[in-house]
Amino acid sequence: MIGRLTEGVPRRALVLLAALFLLLLVFPAFAGGYLLAVGFLILYFAFVGQAWNIMMGFAGQLSLGHSLYVGLGAYAAAALYVHFGVSPWIGLGASIGISMLAGAAIGFLAFRFGVAGVYFAILTIAFAEFARIGFDHFRWVQGSSGFFLPVANYTTNDLWNLRGSPTMFYYLMLALTAGAFVLCHALLRSRLGYYWLAIRESPEAAEALGVNLFRYKMAAVVISSAMTALAGVMFAFYYNNLFPEQIFHISRSIELILGPIIGGIGTLVGPIVGAFLLTGLAEGLREVMLRLGIDVPGVKQVFYGICLLLVVMFLPDGVWPPIAKKLGLRR
Amino acid sequence: MPVEIYLNVAAGGLLTGLVYGLMALGLSVIFGVVRVVNFAHGEMMTLAMYLALLLFTTLGLDPLVALVPIAAALLVFGYLLQIGLINPFINRPEHSQFMLLVAVALILVNAQLIVFGPDAQGIRTRYSFDSFQLGPLIVDAAKVYAAAAALVVAAALFAFFRYTLLGKAIRACADNYHGALVVGLNVKHLYALTFGLGAACVGAAGAMLMAVIDVTPSIGPAYTLLAFVIVITGGLGSMPGALLGGVLIGLTEALGGVLFTPSAKSMFAFALLVLVLLFRPQGILGRKAA
Repeated sequence: MIGRLTEGVPRRALVLLAALFLLLLVFPAFAGGYLLAVGFLILYFAFVGQAWNIMMGFAGQLSLGHSLYVGLGAYAAAALYVHFGVSPWIGLGASIGISMLAGAAIGFLAFRFGVAGVYFAILTIAFAEFARIGFDHFRWVQGSSGFFLPVANYTTNDLWNLRGSPTMFYYLMLALTAGAFVLCHALLRSRLGYYWLAIRESPEAAEALGVNLFRYKMAAVVISSAMTALAGVMFAFYYNNLFPEQIFHISRSIELILGPIIGGIGTLVGPIVGAFLLTGLAEGLREVMLRLGIDVPGVKQVFYGICLLLVVMFLPDGVWPPIAKKLGLRR
Repeated sequence: MPVEIYLNVAAGGLLTGLVYGLMALGLSVIFGVVRVVNFAHGEMMTLAMYLALLLFTTLGLDPLVALVPIAAALLVFGYLLQIGLINPFINRPEHSQFMLLVAVALILVNAQLIVFGPDAQGIRTRYSFDSFQLGPLIVDAAKVYAAAAALVVAAALFAFFRYTLLGKAIRACADNYHGALVVGLNVKHLYALTFGLGAACVGAAGAMLMAVIDVTPSIGPAYTLLAFVIVITGGLGSMPGALLGGVLIGLTEALGGVLFTPSAKSMFAFALLVLVLLFRPQGILGRKAA
């Protein structure tokens, strides 16, 4: 199994990956509270970026409404925990189920009726916005006044109920991110992965070769939404508060796709590199602003915008492919 | 509730819908010719709204007068945006263009947040509290003026595309990009002009809306979505479709606001969008794609 996974991967890449993983593993031993929070955020964006990448990078379906799956996943597990005391590990089954259903519904509507390209992107936004306004009026989870989880006691780690220290969440997120990386690597080498790439490159040609477009596009949406829902569960239990205005907002959908775009759409390492670059730089910028005593909202987003602009203009494939070439990881 | 209330609300929705229609017309014109989806449309509109606000507070200029210089300013802005940023992307994949405009939108909305702050700001004109009475109907004067101005601007745009040589040249670019190149049209310039005209539409619409609603930077993305909903409902690339879609969405939102709660009114617009995308993806007045 391991042998098949690493087959054909340059040894240099394996060494670098192992080094990165080890570095991330020992990171909490050296990092303070703030750096640990930044580390969590980076891993979170790397994970959701990887999930989004399955849809856009592999199967070529542009989703601009991934905040829908984050939000549904977060709300489902949090509501089950708060109302019924259900452990998030069981609740995440509901999270994943609901998100997959939502993804399947959107996919079904779009792919059955031939909604593609920009229209598909707008349809995904529409569903996320629909959910945002709907949850604003959803009394069971306190509507627009926000849904709160009982705040954790940081001295003990209750893994079963996901109540614990930031370090625990950091390691959980690290495990998820590493798992997503391996899963995506395996997917890309599977028959499914090759079908996706064929669909991305040319849907007409893929269809002519007998690839069932509907089935494999659906597979991409469903897998991606399930993974994103997992990130939502982590988000809910880490931050302990959920507001429809924030979690379902379009700016969240855009924030989470910046990493893979800047890192490199369709690459495995791109979402990780992008998350590091973007979150790292944005937090650095915040620190500089703080030192200078400037406190203006919106500066971080302008910075995001400029990064995105520069990358789409000058590095349309993202920053990772040229780096990979330099490192000799790719011919 | 008595029937008059619904009629009044519907009339208000219809009038606001015409202004929405003008805004969406800008998006539709840009897509119809340049084939680029302007993701920064609502953000350009809030920019125009802030310009109207500034002109009102500093010079006391009525927004319905200010719409002329504002439309001109947005025309220049749109022209430069197309020349500087978008023209190099003409032959790039669709999602790449989309991302470019997402970046522009992100920068515009947050730059406005930095400059103007997050608070809602509005203006009070002489006629802010005036209304007209037509039988059982009572309609806001500001909305009537804004809707009339929207119709005038839209009519001017229709006439431009139909009767002037420049308008015909732009339509030629839309119909056949390579053909337009072959007969020697300066396509890049015409594209930029089109983007400028689309921006001028949304600029005029923004100035008018300033007479009716308050502005905050955060409504920018919401109006971008609204413009998408409208043009897809009416038919992306169809000019009458944009106006019709605007009126439909204006009515839907207004009636949805009365029948349920006002804060949920956009849900009805999105529901309409989903229905249209599923059953008539080319829009009500759109031509079927090949």
